[in-house]
This record gives sequence, C-alpha cells and structure tokens, in this order.
Amino acid sequence: MPLSREQVLHIAELAKLGLSEEEVTRFTEQLSEILAYAERLNALDTEAISPMAQAIIQRNVTREDVVQPSLPVEEVLANAPQRHENFFRVKPILEE
Amino acid sequence: MELHELSIFLALHYLRRRELSSVELTRAILKRIKRLDPLIHAYLRVTPELALKAAAEADRRRAQGEDLPLLGIPLAIKDVLCTKGIETTCGSRILQGFVPPYDATVVAKLRAAGAVILGKTNTDEFAMGSSTENSAYFPTRNPWALDRVPGGSSGGSAAAVVADLCLGAIGTDTGGSIRQPAAFCGVVGLKPTYGRVSRYGLVAFASSLDQAGPLAKNVTDCAILLEAIAGYDPKDSTSANLPVPSYTEALTGDIKGMRLGVPKEYFGQGLQPEVERAILEALRIWKLLGAEIIEVSMPHTEYALPTYYLLAPAEASANLARYDGVRYGYLYPEAQDIWDAYRKTRQFGFGAEVKRRIMLGTYALSAGYYDAYYLKAQKVRTLIKQDFDRALEVCDALIAPTTPTVAFHLGEKVEDPLQMYLQDVFTLSLNLAGLCGISIPCGFADGLPIGVQILGGAYQEETILRVAYAYEMATDWQFYNPEL
Repeated sequence: MPLSREQVLHIAELAKLGLSEEEVTRFTEQLSEILAYAERLNALDTEAISPMAQAIIQRNVTREDVVQPSLPVEEVLANAPQRHENFFRVKPILEE
Repeated sequence: MELHELSIFLALHYLRRRELSSVELTRAILKRIKRLDPLIHAYLRVTPELALKAAAEADRRRAQGEDLPLLGIPLAIKDVLCTKGIETTCGSRILQGFVPPYDATVVAKLRAAGAVILGKTNTDEFAMGSSTENSAYFPTRNPWALDRVPGGSSGGSAAAVVADLCLGAIGTDTGGSIRQPAAFCGVVGLKPTYGRVSRYGLVAFASSLDQAGPLAKNVTDCAILLEAIAGYDPKDSTSANLPVPSYTEALTGDIKGMRLGVPKEYFGQGLQPEVERAILEALRIWKLLGAEIIEVSMPHTEYALPTYYLLAPAEASANLARYDGVRYGYLYPEAQDIWDAYRKTRQFGFGAEVKRRIMLGTYALSAGYYDAYYLKAQKVRTLIKQDFDRALEVCDALIAPTTPTVAFHLGEKVEDPLQMYLQDVFTLSLNLAGLCGISIPCGFADGLPIGVQILGGAYQEETILRVAYAYEMATDWQFYNPEL
C-alpha cells in the first residue's frame, strides 16, 4: 500500500523531523517502494512463531543500587549548544 | 619491506626485538597518511600529536621491559566510537564538534593494550549505508580504483587498512558494515557474535544488531585485535559474561574433517559470475585442505532484507531521538519554539538516508502498523535464526559470498535506496541471527577484490578464524596491495 502525503507528514511529525517540500515528495515515493518490498514478509505464516527481540540469552541484568562515580557537571555540559549555570538551556516548554 | 607495509604481527616482532620503535613506525604511517589520504579520504580526522605522544609512551614502557598485546601499534578507529577528547561525529553534521567525555570500552581496551590511535575514520552517517557516500563530510574512495566506493559503512577503516594508512582498524557491523567494505577493499573483516564485544561508547544505530569488530591485513592480525577488544563489560548489559579465548591459538592451519556448509540460496540471481567463480574456487581449496563441503538450505534467506529494513530503522528511530540540539551537537539557531527547534535541528542536522530510516522505523512502530510491520519482522527474525541453527547442526561453519558484485562506482547507487540495500543481501542475515562471521579476500575481478564469508555459531570465532587462516595460508591474496 503506497503511503499518502498525509501519512508521510504525520510520521515526520511523530519523529519531530522537519522536511522540505521536495523531501516530502521524494520520501513519499521512496518509502512507499521500500514498504512494498517489506510486504513480502506477508508470504510467511508466522502465527505460531515467537518474536525475536534480542540475540542474547540474558534477561534482566541488574546491579546493586549503590551510587557509582559519574561524570563531573562541567564535562556533562561541555558539549551543550546552550547552557545556563548548571542546566542545559532550551526554549520554553510550557506556555505562559 | 617498508614500515607501512608491516602487519601487526610482524611489527610486534620487530618492536619486541628493539629493531623498530613505535615512534618510527607511527611517524612513517602519519607521513603516508599526509601524502595519500587527500586522494582516498579514509580519515575524518587524524591526531598526529596525540599519536606520537602515545607512540613515545609505548617506546618508553617497552624500554622498561613492559610488553602488551598491541604496545606501540598504530590503529584507526571508525568515527562512531567515542574517543575521549577527540571529536566524534558519526559522519554526521548533527554531531559536528561533539567531543566525548569518555572512551568507548573498545577504545579503552585498545589503549590499555598499548595501542596508538592515529585518528577517526570516515563512515556513512550513523553507520547507515553500504558505500560511505552517506557521510555528511565526503565519500571515501576505494584505494584499488579511486572512482569506486570502498563499501560501507566502515569504508574509511577498510580503505585505511588496505592503503597501509594504519596497521589495523576498528569498524562496526549492523547489517554487514565491516564485512562488505572488507570484501570491496580486499582486507579481512570480522563481525563478532552479538555480545562478544562491548557496545558501551559505540554510538547506537540498531541496539540488537550493532557490533564493533576488527579490520586487518591478515587473519592473524584480526585475531590479535579481536582478543584485545572482546570481553564482558558491566557497562553494557548486552555483553556476554564469557571468557575470551586466545584467538591466535585457534590458528592451527588444520581443518581436516571440518564440515563447511554452502547455503544454496546464496547462489543464483544477482551474483556476479566472477564472484561466484571465486567462491567456488575457494571451496575447492578448502576441500583440498581436508574439509568436507556440504550443501545446506536456509529457506528464509530472501526475507532477510525486508526483515532488516523494518527492524534496523525501527531501532534507529528510537536511538536517534536523542539528537535534539539539547545536550550536544548541532542546534538550529533561529527556532521559534521548542518543537520548531527539534524539527529544524533534525531537518538540517541529519542527511537523507538517516531521515529515510527514521521515517521508516517510526512508521513501522506507529500505532496501527506495529503488528503488521515490526512484530511481523521480529517473528521472521526467529525463522532466520532457526535457519542458521539448523544448518549449523550439520556443519561447523558456513561459506558464502560477502557481496553480490565487486565495488561499484561512486554515485552509481546513491539515488536508489533499494538498489543500495540489495548490496547487503549476503551479510544481513548474520546480524539478525546475532552470530559471527568473517570476510577474507579470495580473488579479483576487473582489478577489484572479491571477498568470501565464513559464518559461525554463537561465540565460535575460533572456528571461523581457523577456517579463514587455513585458506589464507594456502593462497597469497594477503600480499596484494593497490598501487598508490
């Protein structure tokens, strides 16, 4: 099933990905093609098959809840595009 | 023999006998990088001062009687692995200027083994690609033919190894990104079993598929590097708590009686005739060396590509959500509000292929489509794993081509995503199954290298190394180098 322009815009919004007009057109076409290819999987009967999410046998890996040394604040903030004192600075999240 | 032509094994030999110093060796490689990398573009950044400092330190330690598995050996690291104090971009503009405050465990282990880090190699953006053309900076060229791709996404690492711009390199493999460039460049590349090597500090693309691994001039060097980087890491909860064997000890040269399976589904349409011939010739050599060749069937092979291109992008869409201009990297400077900041930062920070995969993955995971796409793909993944388990019940390792063709031209497949994805048909299944595989050179076609894969069961790296080594000893492909 080919994707519609609306679907592509919806997905882009879910992923918070801005797209140019040209990209919307190009991606609608390319994604539709890739998804059509992916639909080949429907040829397989997987009713009785368990999904494989991991390639390992480990299950929940835990450790003692003991404080371990972590990065100093200066190092954590060193790459911040915008900072204010000991905070990462962003645009307002809540409207006034 | 020129210094840059040395293998890790030989360099260690001369270093141990004090016939060579790490500073001499490192200097020679840096000189070669300065001369040739402007043509090849294997490196995104070279760190000469840090490298020479580490080399001098290695020489000092050796003079005091110390010896370590990689003491004084100059290596290159793919730019998706964090290196403390050295810019790490993942081949993307969105991480331009990012300087990690820590080393990836792989890097820390290499340093602890005494290695000298020369710099960071080029990669497709966030390791997404099969040609290194998706790097936001520039494409790397295949040293065998500068108008051809080196493969990807570890194209920089593979090119650096074959052009003698390092003695060995580390790459990463999520769908074939070590093995495919290794084949295109005529070097050895190994993808360890999932969990064998720590992913701490390896910038995540697809968390259930990613593995870091060695690219080297020969199988012995590959074993040495693997031994240095493998091992349990408490900081990576997916790393396997298993001891690391001495991989070099597996290189006995004896494969008599070993059963090698050949999956019939890997041969047929799309396989370049010269590539097929080279693989069949390699099988003939293994047979002469005493192995038994068995035909096996892996019926779900054709489903690996659609499975991978649903699962990997889905995982990537989650892993790349963190690039929002808040904690590191690029931030769009004129955003109106927080949402605009996120959208525009990601719009201008990410390249086309990355955006394509984020979109695919987001769609596959979204409400109403999760069952039809993502969950379905996870079930097919089980079937693919079962194909391997069944095949490996009747043989010790599997033999397959690494790529359907030899290296293609730059620009040839960049506009057609699906064509590009088809490059990985022979490598993807292994990542889905989580098993180990190695690509070694086995010939040439039109002056371009051909690779053959040896695939093995979980934590069977010794087995695949043994099979690879036996073939390597019976042939001379490791001594071929491009004229530069």
